[in-house]
Amino acid sequence: MSGLAKPWLWAWLAAALAFGATLALTSGRGAGELAYAAMSFGAFAAIVGLGQMLVITLGPGNVDLSIPATMTLAGTLALKVMGGEPGTAWIGLAVALAAGLGVGAANFALIWLLRLPPIIATLAASLVYQSLAIWSNRGLRIKPPPGLADFATGRVLGVPNVAWVALALAAATWLMLERSVWGRWLLASGQNLRAARLAGVPVQAVRAATYLAVAVFAGLAGYLLASFSGGAALNMGTEYLLMSIAVVVIGGSSIAGGNSNVPGVLGAALFMFLVVSMLNSYGAGAGLRNVLTGAIIIAIVIAASARRSRQ
Amino acid sequence: MPQRYRILLPVVSLAVLLALTFWMQPRAMSYFGLNLLFNLAVPIALATVAQMMIIMVNDIDLSLGAFVSLVACVTATWLNDAPLAGLLILAALVLSYAALGAVIHVLDLPAIVVTLGMSFVWGGLALFILPTPGGAAPGWLRSLMTVKPPLIPMAVLAAILIAAITHLMIVRSGLGTVLRGLGGNARSVARAGWNVTALKALAYGLAGLFGVLAGMALVGLTTSADANIALRYTLLSIAGVILGGGEFIGGKVSPVGAVIGALTLTLAASFLSFLRLSPDWQIGAQGAILILVLTARLLFSRRGAAA
Repeated sequence: MSGLAKPWLWAWLAAALAFGATLALTSGRGAGELAYAAMSFGAFAAIVGLGQMLVITLGPGNVDLSIPATMTLAGTLALKVMGGEPGTAWIGLAVALAAGLGVGAANFALIWLLRLPPIIATLAASLVYQSLAIWSNRGLRIKPPPGLADFATGRVLGVPNVAWVALALAAATWLMLERSVWGRWLLASGQNLRAARLAGVPVQAVRAATYLAVAVFAGLAGYLLASFSGGAALNMGTEYLLMSIAVVVIGGSSIAGGNSNVPGVLGAALFMFLVVSMLNSYGAGAGLRNVLTGAIIIAIVIAASARRSRQ
Repeated sequence: MPQRYRILLPVVSLAVLLALTFWMQPRAMSYFGLNLLFNLAVPIALATVAQMMIIMVNDIDLSLGAFVSLVACVTATWLNDAPLAGLLILAALVLSYAALGAVIHVLDLPAIVVTLGMSFVWGGLALFILPTPGGAAPGWLRSLMTVKPPLIPMAVLAAILIAAITHLMIVRSGLGTVLRGLGGNARSVARAGWNVTALKALAYGLAGLFGVLAGMALVGLTTSADANIALRYTLLSIAGVILGGGEFIGGKVSPVGAVIGALTLTLAASFLSFLRLSPDWQIGAQGAILILVLTARLLFSRRGAAA
């Protein structure tokens, strides 16, 4: 594959188009602000999208529907432990990641020990996580410690810190997938689980690591989002369920598994924010905006399938 | 697990839950009590049957909740103000579902993503039609949903009717068997001379039809609508199908089981409120019940495999 056949290029192209179309309206004013906002908000979608991508790579039927609940749980627990005290940011991070690990282990236990289909297992378990978050939160709105809030909303070299985090995570994920044995095992399991097992790949360990990874990513995203937006809210993860799946697909990963695409997820995360701000700046109401967003997602899926069948 | 025992577990779980509810709250054991317990189950049962039609052909519908919400908005506005135009819109929605099924098959698209995109489209249209909560249920629909038949409460009667009709449609009829076969082995159905595109459109069209019925039933009960009224139906309907003994692949679905699964989920919510469980834990307990029932199913199927 070369040139335009690289699937990730399409997501970036679409993001650039949406960016250009928005700026065409303002004749170029506010380009920096728009790019900055896209990188800030796109970072959260990218982090959960990377996790969802790993799970979807595992093959048909693998998807994590507990991402929103995990984000909320990790965010509320972390803020509660930190209690707004300065200098507790690392403890909060550890709590958020531990919450992610716990969720991932619980999800995989349901999938592996009870042999539930992952969709149902993560769906049912997410209700429990949601309850845990409600119970631990008690409607309180705790502010993140000042240093952490400054970090989450700050920037280095003109790029938002959360975007640096997403970028680092993407680089690590890419290295794992493309350059490590574990990544090769993951792709092999996604392409043909039976063949992978017969070839000696420890498929259950691969699946376990993947479900742990997605939950830890979601925990990190919840921690950052809660710090970014000045506190955890019980519905803070809601939009990231559909978002996480959408960025994976728009990014050019195969929904049937066995093929993942890290740069595409990043481009798609930027695109999902830019398309909404484009429709906003053209004065589209909430209804029209949703209809067009949906139409664009479907158009991209159709374009991707046409490309696939040509090859 | 042999096909005929597949229905056993959903029935047993519903019976156990019902017995526990009656034990906790004996007053529920009456015409009025049963009606209250299962009232909201009617739209959920219809939505579950709609989801079942999609799962039957090995796909999954992530847009069902948004679709039912849209239907509810149309019902509370157009169908009430201009019945003819309202009916036309609803018919167009059913047809668009059928078209969706055909497109998904012809272009070989992943249904999970297409329906994900459609959920934005339906949600946007719903906001367009009803930007703020409101509207009113048509009088006939309201009286249909609150009718008080002798002996058996409306909600129970409706559930039995839905189960019987869909059972005849999917399990007993020839066409229904072919549709289930599509989920089992699409290629062999095609080799046998069937037009798979038309069959897939039919399955999606049926899902659209039951989705429309679910939205109408919901408005008949709530008397007004908003664009987010049924969003949780997406997950509820998937859970209901699986609780009812259905499987994600292979066309193994049970309409009666799906209706029972929907009743069980509704009852679980009522049961938990009778338990005086802290509201914090109500959602979580629903998840726990779901896991519990599915675990029981695992034990069943293991025993079945050993026998």
